[in-house]
Amino acid sequence: MSDGDLNKFIKRNRSSSERLLDKSLQQLASMMAAMVAIVLISIFFVVFTGALDSIGRYGLKFLVISEWNPVIDEYGAFTAIYGTVVTSLASIVIALPLGVGTAILLTEDILPKTIREIIGLLVELLAAIPSVVLGLWAIFVMEPFLRPFLILLNKNFGWVPFLSTEPIGPGMAPAILILTIMILPIITAISRDSLNQVPHKLREAAYGIGATRWTSIFNILLPAAISGITGGVLLALGRALGETMAVTMIIGNSLNFNWSLLAPGNTISAMLANQFGEADSSQVSSLMYAAFVLMLITLFVNILAQWLVKRLSLKY
Amino acid sequence: MNNALKKFNDQEISLSLENITISYGKYEAVKNVYFQIPKNKITALIGPSGCGKSTVLRALNRMNDLIPECNLKGRVLFEGTDLYHSDIDPVEVRRRIGMVFQQPNPFPKSIYENIAFGARINGFTGKMDELVEDSLRRAAVWDECKDKLKSSGYSLSGGQQQRLCIARTIAIRPEVILMDEPCSALDPISTLKIEETLHELKKSFTIVIVTHNMQQALRVSDYTAFFNAERKEGVPGGKIGYLVEHNLTDKIFNAPKEKSTKDYVTGKFG
Amino acid sequence: MENRAALKYKPSRRNLKYNNLLKRNFFNRSLTILSYIFSIIVLLPLFCIIFYVFVKGFGQLNFSLLTQLPEPPGDDLSNAGGIGNAIIGTFIVTSIATIISVPIGVGGGIYLAEYSTGGIYSRFIRFGTNVLSGVPSIIAGVFVYGIIVSTKIFFGATFSALAGGIALSILMLPTVIKTTDEGLKLVSDDLRRGALSVGASKFTTITRITLPTAINPIATGILLAIARAAGETAPLIFTALFSFYWSDNPETILEPIATLSVLIYNFALEPYEAQNQLAWSASFILVMILLMLNIVARVLSNTKNDFNSINKDTNKK
Ligand SMILES: Nc1ncnc2c1ncn2[C@@H]1O[C@H](COP(=O)(O)OP(=O)(O)OP(=O)(O)O)[C@@H](O)[C@H]1O
Ligand SMILES: [Mg+2]
Repeated sequence: MSDGDLNKFIKRNRSSSERLLDKSLQQLASMMAAMVAIVLISIFFVVFTGALDSIGRYGLKFLVISEWNPVIDEYGAFTAIYGTVVTSLASIVIALPLGVGTAILLTEDILPKTIREIIGLLVELLAAIPSVVLGLWAIFVMEPFLRPFLILLNKNFGWVPFLSTEPIGPGMAPAILILTIMILPIITAISRDSLNQVPHKLREAAYGIGATRWTSIFNILLPAAISGITGGVLLALGRALGETMAVTMIIGNSLNFNWSLLAPGNTISAMLANQFGEADSSQVSSLMYAAFVLMLITLFVNILAQWLVKRLSLKY
Repeated sequence: MNNALKKFNDQEISLSLENITISYGKYEAVKNVYFQIPKNKITALIGPSGCGKSTVLRALNRMNDLIPECNLKGRVLFEGTDLYHSDIDPVEVRRRIGMVFQQPNPFPKSIYENIAFGARINGFTGKMDELVEDSLRRAAVWDECKDKLKSSGYSLSGGQQQRLCIARTIAIRPEVILMDEPCSALDPISTLKIEETLHELKKSFTIVIVTHNMQQALRVSDYTAFFNAERKEGVPGGKIGYLVEHNLTDKIFNAPKEKSTKDYVTGKFG
Repeated sequence: MENRAALKYKPSRRNLKYNNLLKRNFFNRSLTILSYIFSIIVLLPLFCIIFYVFVKGFGQLNFSLLTQLPEPPGDDLSNAGGIGNAIIGTFIVTSIATIISVPIGVGGGIYLAEYSTGGIYSRFIRFGTNVLSGVPSIIAGVFVYGIIVSTKIFFGATFSALAGGIALSILMLPTVIKTTDEGLKLVSDDLRRGALSVGASKFTTITRITLPTAINPIATGILLAIARAAGETAPLIFTALFSFYWSDNPETILEPIATLSVLIYNFALEPYEAQNQLAWSASFILVMILLMLNIVARVLSNTKNDFNSINKDTNKK
């Protein structure tokens, strides 16, 4: 190449403006990434400072007192915490076998591929339905349909503390079911993806030594996918803990504590949705305290998820 | 074809392929394969890539069932029973005809469990420790494993993993062991160890092995089947595999009947 | 073989015939049937919900419903008006959220995928993204109420479309960052090295090569985030609040605004039939919009542009 040709590359030496552009894009991107941290920290800060008043007044007693009474200005969040934890856990317990079972059907060759793909698509569409619509459906369709069964349950098993009240409409039980419906697509989709990621050679290995379909599912495929499935379940648990609309609309928003799942109850997020808009200052502080507790619970679940996913992942 | 039948009359036959044609969807991968696999002998399947050796091998223990679009015409007789008859349980078939795959595929479990798992689901009631040791010894991998039975199967090297997979198959005591290029991912020393293992195993098992390595076929096998593929217009893959010649290994390598066999074993194509 | 005799296997393994009564075959069949039943249970609510939203929402749908304002609750109404302002409101609030979260999210994603070197800062940002995506949506509402609504920071405005949009943008942000990060990571490094080796600057490489290659997964992720935000209610009920009027001039961005989701929530809990009916109609419209967004996202994720095919080829090698 002659020197004359080289001269035609007018940018052989990078101009300072190009260098600046390069540098500033990096700075800008880095700043935008920082926004996540800023927002997250501000959320914690705002909620925590908002709660300080109430934290100072009640301390940890707040977590075990069930009375929430704006009239006499006494607040304890036990009713809401109980409702949050119990509805979430119960919905996970119901959704886990259903979701994983469906995921297995979607990844095994029991059904033709097109049918499986359609089912998978439908499950994902279920996830696209907004929770407020689920709540509407729960109020007008699901709960009236469910009530006779719940009454029957109470009649026959009323001696169990969790079934000890007569269903009167909204309550924890329908809230649990609507939460189940909400988290099923999450568990199903993530379990399906995790099962699909198990290498085909492991399935071959299992069949090759004479394992039946379900032996290989239970002993090889599910253990190999367990890290992803656990992650999905904990993600779903986080969702259930923080889910607001559908639950608010169907749980009854009762401030009186009751063990029974057939009675109206409350959750932290439902309480926030109901009271935050028109609360006065000391009530706001207690609501912030409750919100802070909710954040800590979901944060704990989140960190647990990330840790467990790492712990459980198998090498293959 | 009838000649072939006669030729093996003096041998006890384990598996007999009667005019099988295997297709993936509409496309036929191998056509009209007809041969017999003698008992307690090593049979090698050789041939150029894509001629359907793996496809045939997988047909012998219904492993192809895992590929939904794959189907088979013809009969595969195992000790007189048609494996593709509608009342046959494929799980039962695989318990009696085991398979070792091209890529080592241990379970993500401990070395001990890799062996014990298969034995357990096959209803083994004896002493597990003995079985594990015996299987690992026979697969010539005991010395490397004996101090780390509790660690993951994936902590072994590729060659050791492959021998672990062989041990796992031996442990379920099948009557036939199918091996699809078991040494393709291995170094020469591991390959030799596995070949020694094969000689040992021949005493109690019928072995069918797919290999690309002529020397290996010559070293280990008693019989050799040579597959080839012919071009055909209008088929998606462009090729249909078929069996060219099946005979004593000695004959295939030293006095092949077909010219293509001779060309292949002498390395003129393939 | 002497060894073989010593090893005990059940004799039942001799028979190749499928045995219905065998324990393992019985379990196998029962479990397969069970998985069918589970799938049906999972799908049943979906069909039921879609059915009701269709029957109750579509049945009452007419053109005036889409163009009128909702009527304040009252028991003498035979007709609760329309959802016109709520449709526009949902569009406005979601647009605000998108305008805020997409540039920041894509920028953050570019940082994580292209610039970060796996150090403590990027690990912290990734962790933060995960945590932020797990923050309950109602908390985003509480947060925005705390910093914007109660402080009247925007020209004295309290409840406003802007506050609602900001609350939704907090929910969208982690999704946008994650999809950008993951979309860019799918681009093969060969492509990047190729661009850099002909002397392209990092800026050029990102804007001309990597970003266009990953545009489909990123756009899909953004669309799904928008769809999720458009259906959210919790962050809006005490930020955007609700309104019975049109939001038809730029200043209304600082005033309370109606959205479909909040309309459904408010009117579902009214004791009046006409209002409940309007909630169903709004649900129908909302579900249709969201399904459409989801379908577009899906189609987008399945189509390939030129850059994608280049990408595929390089990956194969
Ligand atoms: N799962 C499958 N789906 C569709 N076609 C397949 C599948 N597996 C193999 N084939 C086709 O069947 C033909 C035979 O493949 P097979 O794997 O049996 O060849 P092979 O002789 O084992 O080759 P190699 O020596 O490379 O392993 C090939 O043309 C291949 O494309
Ligand atoms: Mg092969």
